[in-house]
Amino acid sequence: MGLLSSSIARKVAMALSGLFLVFFLAQHFVINFTSVIAPDTFNSWSHFMGTNGLVQFVLQPILIFGVVFHFVMGFVLEIKNRNARAVKYASYKGSANASWASRNMIISGLVILAFLGLHFYDFWIPEIVHKYIESHPEDPTRYYAETVHKFESHTRVIIYVIAFILLAVHLWHGFASAFQSVGFNNKYSRGLKGFTKAFAIVIPAGFIFIALYHHINHLIH
Amino acid sequence: MKLTLKIWRQKNAQAKGSMQTYAIDGVDGDMSFLEMLDVLNEQLIDKGEEPVVFDHDCREGICGSCSLQINGEPHGPDRLVTTCQLHMRKFNDGDTIVIEPFRAKAFPVIKDLMVDRSSFDRIQQAGGFISVNTSGNTIDANAIPINKHDADESFEAATCIGCGACVAACKNASAMLFTSAKVSQFALLPQGRVEATQRVLNMVEQMDKEGFGNCTNTGACEVECPKGISLENIARMNREYLTASLKG
Repeated sequence: MGLLSSSIARKVAMALSGLFLVFFLAQHFVINFTSVIAPDTFNSWSHFMGTNGLVQFVLQPILIFGVVFHFVMGFVLEIKNRNARAVKYASYKGSANASWASRNMIISGLVILAFLGLHFYDFWIPEIVHKYIESHPEDPTRYYAETVHKFESHTRVIIYVIAFILLAVHLWHGFASAFQSVGFNNKYSRGLKGFTKAFAIVIPAGFIFIALYHHINHLIH
Repeated sequence: MKLTLKIWRQKNAQAKGSMQTYAIDGVDGDMSFLEMLDVLNEQLIDKGEEPVVFDHDCREGICGSCSLQINGEPHGPDRLVTTCQLHMRKFNDGDTIVIEPFRAKAFPVIKDLMVDRSSFDRIQQAGGFISVNTSGNTIDANAIPINKHDADESFEAATCIGCGACVAACKNASAMLFTSAKVSQFALLPQGRVEATQRVLNMVEQMDKEGFGNCTNTGACEVECPKGISLENIARMNREYLTASLKG
């Protein structure tokens, strides 16, 4: 960990792991969105992602490492940063000079982490059990029904919506911030910032739409 | 105007401090914040009490001595000013003003509102200079042509007065804005490029050693900086650091 001993190295590592997770989020959204417009495509893409060796045994471990690294480093930085001001201010007006999102990445991050626990319980663990422990035969048509079934519960949909709102808050600061951290701040930054802010709204809103779509669909039928 | 002041009082570096309340009358809107504290101190001395200790020197916004966290913001609610340039007209009759020292582990309190900012000096000493022969053979700096854009950016970075408002404002008590300004003012000029690699590595190492926090890009430092030092300097320092690390 000598490489991560300096504050700038930790900052860059946080940025790069964050950018990697943003990229993953975008592809996750695209696949999920097919469940709304084309269930068959959703089934075939999910089947590919769930059975392809490269995805399962190379990309998936990298992703899990990325997630764990990002939140462990986030905790380490939070503790270090709290220690850097041993005596707190009696009066500290954080809202005067920085956004709520930027000052509370640990709160939005913890909500996302708690959500990931539920998400793993909902999808990832049953999937691993189904494929590798109970060793069911491959069925390329099962994914759509299994996914839609999860969104029948009111409670789960409400938790998902709240988590995605906090994800939007996290991305609102984090996505643009990652570019500053790797040293990208120039005449193109303004446009890039606009893109990152749009992404921070559109992608979580899209995930909320998918959850609500399946939930309402279930209520109607 | 009449004001209520809540001021941090601490006898020395080891003592446990606390907030004390003082009432002050006859404050004029044209006074600077430090002049208002002068008036308070005269009143305290008249009463036989110990005056409030605070840092000050030039009182024209260029020395970087005055500090103070005023109502939760370094140098108070006004923008692009130091505490000595903050006028009392920014406050209203009857206001309560909370006055604290800049808080950071790397800025220990010496007494009352005065903090030890020598950690900034040590960061400067780690690389915030260029090694020039000053024995009479010095080459005129103007002999090297420098494009206007770079010269301006370097000069803007060099306007940092090292007051520490960036650290005081940052929720992480990070000194990235200060250090990046000192790195940038040299990184942009050919005279500074010669030692650029070692400079950024040494200055960042010293910054970390002093116990400042990690930057999380909230941007609070840029907003509170009395000289308007830009976050672009931090991005430049990150680039400089990454390049320097790769060079080894």
